[in-house]
Amino acid sequence: MNSAELAPSTETMLLNLGPQHPSTHGVLRVWLELDGEVIVNADPDIGYLHRGIEKMCENRTYHQCLPLTDRLDYLAGTANNFGFVLAVEKLLGVEVPKRAQYIRVLLAELTRISSHLFWLGTHGHDLGAMTPLFFAFREREELMDLFEMVWGGRLFPCYLRIGGLAADLPEGFVEKAWEFVKKFPERIKDYHNLLTKNRIWIARTKDVGVLTKEEALDWGWSGPMARGSGVDWDIRRDTPYSSYQDFDFKIPLGTNGDTYDRYLVRMEEMVQSNLICRQVLEKLPAGDINVNDPTVILPPKEKVYNTIEGLINHFLLIERGITPPKGEVYHAIEAPKGELGFYIISDGSPQPFRVKVRGPSFVNLSPTKVLAKGRLLSDLIALIGTMDIVLADVDR
Amino acid sequence: MDTVTEKLQTQFPEAIVDIYEFRGDTTVTVKPEKLVAVCQFLRDDPETSFKYLSAVSGVDYYPASPRFAAVYHLYSHQYKKRFALKAFCANDEVPVLPSVVPVWSTADWHEREAYDLVGIKFSGHPDLRRILTPPECEGYHPLRKDYPQEGY
Repeated sequence: MNSAELAPSTETMLLNLGPQHPSTHGVLRVWLELDGEVIVNADPDIGYLHRGIEKMCENRTYHQCLPLTDRLDYLAGTANNFGFVLAVEKLLGVEVPKRAQYIRVLLAELTRISSHLFWLGTHGHDLGAMTPLFFAFREREELMDLFEMVWGGRLFPCYLRIGGLAADLPEGFVEKAWEFVKKFPERIKDYHNLLTKNRIWIARTKDVGVLTKEEALDWGWSGPMARGSGVDWDIRRDTPYSSYQDFDFKIPLGTNGDTYDRYLVRMEEMVQSNLICRQVLEKLPAGDINVNDPTVILPPKEKVYNTIEGLINHFLLIERGITPPKGEVYHAIEAPKGELGFYIISDGSPQPFRVKVRGPSFVNLSPTKVLAKGRLLSDLIALIGTMDIVLADVDR
Repeated sequence: MDTVTEKLQTQFPEAIVDIYEFRGDTTVTVKPEKLVAVCQFLRDDPETSFKYLSAVSGVDYYPASPRFAAVYHLYSHQYKKRFALKAFCANDEVPVLPSVVPVWSTADWHEREAYDLVGIKFSGHPDLRRILTPPECEGYHPLRKDYPQEGY
């Protein structure tokens, strides 16, 4: 054997991570160039779940678009509905009654907790911690039971409506929600006990995937990803929508911008969301849940059967749909994963002319090539976990 | 009129094509050749400070002409303010706009998406290829108005 054959190979290796891989959280494929275990190049290949939701919206009425938004970030369906109905309501220039606003906030915050619990379980599991998954899913299951009371399903709510809600909260829901809200802070301590001071956890997450404050803004990070890097920004606080100004809550911030800081930020966000839920339940006002506008909301059945105006309104809304004025609006909300924005162009017809979805997962994933470069392959798994992506939201 | 628009009017009087206000949102349409300079100014000027690009939306206004436009949704954390810039492509057959990746890195994937789905080419983009649809979809841009929802 000559010396050239004994010398270590200097060639890099190509590796496909995904699209079927448990730790890519869906159908994400990452094309990797590896030097041993070190990543030389990482290029995420997305689009395996592209369903053309934006195109489909252009051929539907505004109400028919609503179920499509459920299927964006399917772990936080209510948040997607919330963003869409608020954008359409902005286009229409209507504001829903206080009770509906509060109920929307309550469900959005419970959804945030549920989404963060899913992140905690899977992120922990990816990095070798099995127990957090069981603990997190125990509480998530309780939330799913609550959601099932409200909209009859688990993942796809379609409960918010343009101009209000599909129905008022069911009997017994407020009591059940109180039960959850009261016991949840104790449960968060369990998660902290498992991970926060765990040496393996710290070794796998500290100094992994670091972006500074300026870089995070430059790469368009929002939500917990940006806050982990110390960007003091929360859409709920800075540009409040749907009565968020009525509630007190803190915005947790990270300092190092690494995976561990983002873990702490999300953990604290669950506490704060729980606090908001508590305040909503305390202050929940009585009253109507829908706007009093027959061109937006279906009239009650007795009006449809007994008055000619009711019948016409019903007929027009079912046959034609709502017709917003000509115009262009952009509205963003704080979804569990970051800024969820809807850009809607109306040409005055019952179908939107263009709907653009600014999904947080898509943007949060985009600096992967920068963050993975020079890191170990196992760090990439931590990175994908901390980005908390849902591929349905990335690909739309 | 809001302060950002006034600033732009004094700084780039020849670049502004249209000012549009609706439901509290302001959208300023600029000439494509001035787009990058305007973006740079909006990001760096301490009185505007738009350090953050939310999204880039490619729009097909068919049958109107000019047909293709890109809308840049900006946010300023300092002033808690949103703002939108719009630029129309001069040519309807080969729509081209200058890339703003040098101004905001996040524009990379947004512009790839607009290229993929609407077919706007961004000159100066470091890596302009399809992102959501497969690379073999040569010549097809699904969000164009002449692309049917079914039947391709």
